[in-house]
Amino acid sequence: MKIMTGINWFKYSSPPAFYPLAGLLIPWFYTLATVFAAVGLYISFAVAPTDFQQGEAYRIIFVHVPAAWMSMFLYLVMATWAGFGLALNARLSHMMSQALAPTGAMFTLLALVTGSLWGRPMWGAWWVWDARLTSELILLFLYIGFIALQASIDDPRRADRASSLLALVGAVNVPIIYFSVKWWNTLHQGASISMTSAPKMAITMLTGMLMLALAFWMYSIAVALVRVRCIILERERRADWVRQLVEVKF
Amino acid sequence: MNGAWIAVVRRDMLLALRRRSDVATTLFFFVIVASLFPLGVSPEPALLRTLAPGVLWVAALLACMLSLTRLFAVDYADGTLEQMVLAPQSLTLLVLGKVFAHWLVSGLPVVLLAPVLGLQYAMPNDALLVLVWSLLLGTPALSLIGAIGAALTLGVRGSGLLVALLVLPLYVPVLIFGSGAVAASQSGLDAGAYLSLLGACSLLALALTPWATAAALRIAVE
Repeated sequence: MKIMTGINWFKYSSPPAFYPLAGLLIPWFYTLATVFAAVGLYISFAVAPTDFQQGEAYRIIFVHVPAAWMSMFLYLVMATWAGFGLALNARLSHMMSQALAPTGAMFTLLALVTGSLWGRPMWGAWWVWDARLTSELILLFLYIGFIALQASIDDPRRADRASSLLALVGAVNVPIIYFSVKWWNTLHQGASISMTSAPKMAITMLTGMLMLALAFWMYSIAVALVRVRCIILERERRADWVRQLVEVKF
Repeated sequence: MNGAWIAVVRRDMLLALRRRSDVATTLFFFVIVASLFPLGVSPEPALLRTLAPGVLWVAALLACMLSLTRLFAVDYADGTLEQMVLAPQSLTLLVLGKVFAHWLVSGLPVVLLAPVLGLQYAMPNDALLVLVWSLLLGTPALSLIGAIGAALTLGVRGSGLLVALLVLPLYVPVLIFGSGAVAASQSGLDAGAYLSLLGACSLLALALTPWATAAALRIAVE
């Protein structure tokens, strides 16, 4: 997305110019997401060998790890757009961060659910107060706080700026929260199996994960663009250019 | 510069003194929450002693959070806040004054009352001392961070619940280090590292949050 706006930054930062561009890009990102997902799922289910310690259940990792990566990465992207929105006073940047939040929350939830599905056969418990699980849970709360604040302020301009400020405050806090949870975890329980001490990952496993991470990434871009188009239509419904759109006319 | 700060602190303290029930509500909330746990769990002293650091810290955190909605709401409703934003003095400084007054009114009483509740939880004396220190070092961070949430939700419907959703995840480090300090001293370990980290949290919050709060207030009144 950044590369696209980088070509002609100021032109595409205005909703009337960005709206058709986003519409043009969406099918491409969906296609890329499908291709990467197909390759990634093929590698993770057909090519990757069965783990001799964990059996077949380990394959959930192929969805879990990319989802966890995306959940953190999307928060960073969201906070970056929020920062742009506050610094440059650009409406579209605020809309972008608003469009990314539900996808980020979805990936956080996906990471939590797949993590507990994986933890049941591996650790013998649905939920362990592991540092990663706990900080992922708090990340979910941060996403939900952002969405709730955005939703409960009626004036869109104020909602944009307030939630963007919250996203930035959250971004500053994320590393502090992560390290505090990590120290708390090492103090309270030493016995739980840590993922970092797992045997070295095979190259096929890594390829599968990377493919699915790319698929999730492309999917996030596509969905965010669809959502930002909806937000643009909703906000600019009184503008002339919106009334002249083919999809709005009838 | 300092004159404005002192004037804001004095004004807010005077307002709090004129409406004492607000302060008392926060304190009684703290006491009631802390007293409910033995009723809900068990009056067994050994169990209560292990629960005490977490329960007392969570109760202090909730009490501090509940008083947040009052931090700017009245000033926002009667237009004082708009005058503060327009004032020639730095809004950051005025915010710092208001947060300090809020801490004096809602944080400090909790710190002073905590050892009494600690006695109810059969805590040993040195742990009580650490509890007071940890709350003394940690509650300023709670007020400072909470002020951002209070400013962001000004005049928003359902702001009380929304503040909880915004602020509680940000309180996690303070809670971990605060209750960690007390738990460490109870199990005979040195609490110094935790207290240092708590102090660091408060100093970091002191350095960064007044700017964020001032920005949030500008967004709210514009």
